Amino acid sequence: METRSYEKYFRQNRLPHLWCPGCGNGIAMKAIVQAIEHKEGWTQDNTIIVSGIGCSSRASGYMDFDTLHTAHGRAIPFATGIKMANPELNVVVITGDGDCTAIGGNHFIHGCRRNVDLTVILFNNNIYGMTGGQASPMTPLGKKATTAPYGSIDRPFDACKLAEAAGATYVARSTAFHVQHLVKMIEDGMDCKGFSFIEAMVQCPTAYGRRNKIGEPAKMMAWMRDNAVMKNAWDKLPDDKKTAEKFPIGLFYKAETETYDSAYHRIQEMAGVTA
Amino acid sequence: MKSEFTLKLERCKGCGICVAFCPKKVLEIDTLGKVVVARPEDCIACGQCELRCPDYAIFVDKLKEAAK
Repeated sequence: METRSYEKYFRQNRLPHLWCPGCGNGIAMKAIVQAIEHKEGWTQDNTIIVSGIGCSSRASGYMDFDTLHTAHGRAIPFATGIKMANPELNVVVITGDGDCTAIGGNHFIHGCRRNVDLTVILFNNNIYGMTGGQASPMTPLGKKATTAPYGSIDRPFDACKLAEAAGATYVARSTAFHVQHLVKMIEDGMDCKGFSFIEAMVQCPTAYGRRNKIGEPAKMMAWMRDNAVMKNAWDKLPDDKKTAEKFPIGLFYKAETETYDSAYHRIQEMAGVTA
Repeated sequence: MKSEFTLKLERCKGCGICVAFCPKKVLEIDTLGKVVVARPEDCIACGQCELRCPDYAIFVDKLKEAAK
């Protein structure tokens, strides 16, 4: 067998990972390392992986870069600190739906607002998987969780719209089924100077799929295949075809604004501070 | 045969994603809950199984023409 070039980015002694059979996090983690691999100048020495707490955030432990496994919801503040201390570093944040939109909700929108030059990848499995399947702010309406045995009545966040409204300069979504597309979205996000946000839809067969009777991992991925609509097609789709199940994927928003580290550098110069 | 399989069975958790997305139904899960290449002669080396394996347990290489 030809050795796969991305394997060197994994801590081989830590594999197999602890995620459940069929968990989509493994697919998303591989997509991230493949995106980094495609990026010229991004090496294991100048790329930092920061993660919070949750199933998704275990990824930093398997990736052979300088990694930081931080407090719950606080991955973006830690990453901001790294970027401010050394703007030369490439900082990637891996977070989950609970980590990013519940416990770290404020950190998330303020990271977007300041336009810190980070690449944030949210693994959206629609549930708190690690702690036993509680409803997260991204659990769809009517879906069951241990804290919503009759179905969730809390309207879910659309993290992409949230990021765009808060001021992120790159917003995209993809799924664990659309692997090559996911790699491309992450890669483009890394290219973008400023706060890049990519939502990776992943399946959680254990805590979410089982409770909602969606079934096996492959069925959950087939659901993504059947319901994800590319952004271009979504825009042309008549409103009556946009059922609750359907969702758009692709690049939603891209802009250019001054990044936080360059703004801070400007202030430092005004104040006469030599870094 | 068009392809060569490499299985890292210590990584396989038997989730069945590769089995489900194989267009030629080459793969199966055995009684021990691990992937097994049941019909290697049908494989077209499309790589769908490797692409979506969440545990990096299955690898497919296309055999070069000269090796046939």
